[in-house]
Amino acid sequence: MYIRATGNISPQKTFGHLSFLNEPVVYHGNRLACIEPDYKELIDVKLIRRMSRIIRMGVAAAKECLLEAGVKMPDAIITGTAYGCMEDTGVFLTRMVEFNEELLTPTAFIQSTHNTIGAQIGLILQCNNYNNAFVHRGFSFESALLDGMMLLKEKEAENVLVGAVDEITNISHTILNRMGLYKQGPVSNLALFKTTVIPARLSGSEAGTKGTIAGEGASFFLLANEPSDTDYAKLDALATFYKPKGIPEIEDQILSFLNHHSITCNDIELVITGKNGDNRSDQIFDQLAQSIFSKNQTVNYKNLCGEYPTSSAFALWMAAHIIKSETIPEILEYGGPVEKKIKRILIYNHYQGIHHSLFLISTC
Amino acid sequence: MSQSVFVAGTGAISAIGNNVAECLCALENGQAGMGKMFFSNSAHQEKIPVAEVKLDNDDLAQLAALPATKSRTALLSMIAAREAINNAGIENFAEWRSGFISANSVGGMDKTEKFFTEFLADNQNGKLRDVVHHECGSVTELVADGLGIKNYITTISTACSSSANSIFFGARLIKNNILDVVVAGGADAITKFTLNGFNTLMILDDDFCQPFDEHRSGLNLGEGAGYIVLVSEKVAASLKKKPDVMLSGYCNANDAYHQTASSPDGTGSFLAMSGALKKSGLQPADIDYINLHGTGTLNNDLSEGTAIKRLFHPHYPKMSSTKGFTGHTLGASGGIEAVFSVLSLLYGIIYPNLRLQTPMKELPFIPVTDFIKNAPVKHVLTNSFGFGGNCSSLIFSKL
Repeated sequence: MYIRATGNISPQKTFGHLSFLNEPVVYHGNRLACIEPDYKELIDVKLIRRMSRIIRMGVAAAKECLLEAGVKMPDAIITGTAYGCMEDTGVFLTRMVEFNEELLTPTAFIQSTHNTIGAQIGLILQCNNYNNAFVHRGFSFESALLDGMMLLKEKEAENVLVGAVDEITNISHTILNRMGLYKQGPVSNLALFKTTVIPARLSGSEAGTKGTIAGEGASFFLLANEPSDTDYAKLDALATFYKPKGIPEIEDQILSFLNHHSITCNDIELVITGKNGDNRSDQIFDQLAQSIFSKNQTVNYKNLCGEYPTSSAFALWMAAHIIKSETIPEILEYGGPVEKKIKRILIYNHYQGIHHSLFLISTC
Repeated sequence: MSQSVFVAGTGAISAIGNNVAECLCALENGQAGMGKMFFSNSAHQEKIPVAEVKLDNDDLAQLAALPATKSRTALLSMIAAREAINNAGIENFAEWRSGFISANSVGGMDKTEKFFTEFLADNQNGKLRDVVHHECGSVTELVADGLGIKNYITTISTACSSSANSIFFGARLIKNNILDVVVAGGADAITKFTLNGFNTLMILDDDFCQPFDEHRSGLNLGEGAGYIVLVSEKVAASLKKKPDVMLSGYCNANDAYHQTASSPDGTGSFLAMSGALKKSGLQPADIDYINLHGTGTLNNDLSEGTAIKRLFHPHYPKMSSTKGFTGHTLGASGGIEAVFSVLSLLYGIIYPNLRLQTPMKELPFIPVTDFIKNAPVKHVLTNSFGFGGNCSSLIFSKL
């Protein structure tokens, strides 16, 4: 199946027809926030006012994707979100506690529902077709994508709109920070993979420090059964695995995934991995770089979008653009000019060592 | 791809019983589960009746074999999912590719509420263990880990249609040869968050709800969990107790009318029901019983009824909403009602629509008001409609 169009709102300049990651945005601190577009061009002003930030981002990314695809009415709308509409949830909870369950208004409650973004897209398009929402942590986007891929395979749909949306709010950032997810002290996203960014007194070990940087994003894809002249890439396969016991099982899973699709690591020109700067989760990627990926060129992406449960959608967006543009942005530190044409990309990400996913993307 | 998907087991817990047998007994005896709030707490507990599972978290935890500190939603989910697996009696369960596809509407919100009160006073306060399972998927994982299911785990949340969607997503994973066995359904506990949310929408009845009654005035919130075990043809053939029921049709459609209200002509529900019929290859006249979504709100029952009129007129199957027994269990309702639909086929029974006094004047049909035994039930349609216009229908058929 083919990736016909994309729409991506992220902490980088990814929305609209901009050059591909040519002007990386630098952040200081452990929280990256999406660069939001002027929504007026995409959404009715009256609607914008009612929508919370995550809904605006999701709807805008979806609309941009549909515009690019030239599709007015997708056969399915499927979203993945780990946290859902956190801002609305926080607003309703706060008022509920502060006013002791009195004087509440319904708007925040209505919008806190996890399928709000998919529903809003359906409502705006007046689309009566299949509409589903997956909310499973680091598998949210992967589940949504699998649903879309199955619909195409079942011939229930000719095209599907699949997206991932997650936001970070002041409340969620405070709580996740308390849980120890993020780096403490000065940190810059563009230096995420360099151990020297953290003062020695804070560093955990030679191999890096604990914690990552928080991210968010809204990324949509239009997938179709039939090719078109403007496709980005082919999405060949997707697989997930849950709580592997250790590196050998991870290696087995990856190799059997490739084997299942009749290829080996040698057939892959580029591997995109999900390093996030946290030495606890990066050691998996570091060990694989020594073993099964030892001969592969590897790049990472979470220095651009931050870490969040549906960040693999950013990686898929990046892979699709690398294949179509036949360029690898300098910021990815590929290490020299691209000598071989990038015909096939493997994305391997894991979220907190629990949710592991693999995507195989190739030229059309 | 064309292979059939069978129902090998069922499990349910709701306000009318802690397992399938107890629920069935209450359905037969016309015993509704709603009353004054006792196990949860809310500023509205004197005024708004709810349909609670009649056990506190300590008792539920014991049944679930999980710590009582976990979300009530996880406890309910575990109890019903384990019952479904035990009921299926798949001897070599670990040898099959298995999945757990669950649904819920607000994850571990009951615990988040506890955390949040302290957190608001000082953002360094509140026990993190109370908020660590806030995410919908986290509740699913607590249960999947307890059940030892690892091959595929996911969670769907489309409000009140969530677990109907999880059931047919599970069936498609089998049809696509990704899994052999799927435990699918959903769970939700009553939380202050949802109670207050529905209260602001002014769709909660101060009395016991009256689905499909002319004078209905809202829904009662309920809680519980319902799961079915779906198996492939290969697994079905290996079972000692051969499955008698299959999932023959399913469809999800979007009403695309309003974020919370249903369209007056029931566009979404009509499309979901007709799509499920098309998938099953059945005609409207083949349906023997419809387990209605029937929440008891003015809007839903008229919209759903209108869609049924459009699709079934003039040959109406028997119909009833079981929410008069269980209340509206939100993310669990599709799962619990799938279990009731399967039982209807297995035992040839049809449930009464409780407290129906005056039929709706807009509709030419009247739901069933008595418990019917020895009914010839071959095909059952069950509806689940949710916020965001999310409409799903499932059809179960007797082999």
